[in-house]
Amino acid sequence: MRVLRQNLDPLIHARVRLGIVSALAAGETLSFRDLKVLLKTSDGNLSRHAQKLEKAGYIECIKSFQNRIPLTEYRLTSKGIAALLTYVEQMERMLKMARAVTPD
Amino acid sequence: MLIGHGPISHRGTPPEKQASEHLRFIREVMERSASFTAVPGWGMFVVGITSLPAVWIATMQTSPEGWLTVWLVEATIALTIAILTLRRKARKCGVSLSSGPGRKYILTLAPSMVAGLLLTVALWRAGNLDVLPTLWLLFYGAGTITGGASSVRTIPVLGICFMVLGVVSLFVPGIWTDILFVLGFGGLHIGFGLYIARRYGG
Repeated sequence: MRVLRQNLDPLIHARVRLGIVSALAAGETLSFRDLKVLLKTSDGNLSRHAQKLEKAGYIECIKSFQNRIPLTEYRLTSKGIAALLTYVEQMERMLKMARAVTPD
Repeated sequence: MLIGHGPISHRGTPPEKQASEHLRFIREVMERSASFTAVPGWGMFVVGITSLPAVWIATMQTSPEGWLTVWLVEATIALTIAILTLRRKARKCGVSLSSGPGRKYILTLAPSMVAGLLLTVALWRAGNLDVLPTLWLLFYGAGTITGGASSVRTIPVLGICFMVLGVVSLFVPGIWTDILFVLGFGGLHIGFGLYIARRYGG
């Protein structure tokens, strides 16, 4: 169990970053505003965490203009999908191991 | 890295319980992300209401062209109501219609609507207007099913109801086609509109 915990991806293992990756896994492309509303966070906080994920290649940022207003959208990359799947798998394995040790 | 530093940090909580809470957090965010419906329930309700006088006016028409004109005017009114209430609901929910589920809904609904409109023109030119109610029920239903694939489950169910009415109208006499048409564009819009408005915030 300890080994499993130590192997958790620190990039995803933070509330806002895990939220961003999870939301994009379901919503495909979401705007900065959509993510902000969805995760109930501030502009600065979301921007900081999104930058970390972008730098790691987990998400990609698409900047465009909509009626002359800048629009920032995010999309999950294949690396991001793999990271989320690994994280979910690790969590499920932790649960399974705990249940094996203490059966109901 | 300890699990306690993660999304849901509880000192003294067993790691397996925290793992379970992390999984729940992921599921909840994914559900919220996927379940936003840009479809305005109140808008749908009003569209349903406006179709009732349109039915009455359409039945008073003596020519097929008159009947078609009434429904094209009604369609324009319905589209205007839909656009205005769609934008109002998206603004209220703080989401953009130009991205995410809102954009997906519009992009997946539009092809069926355009195809239906083009076929309407083709049938009008061919002088075959009898089949239009069936065609509109089927195309609107198909568009609502595909549009609703990225929305809440209620939307594709609405689309299925429209398609069922469309299929039934293929096999019944003309007077019944009109009744099914009213049941669809009037009854279904009013019923589902009220449900969506109450359940999904407007």
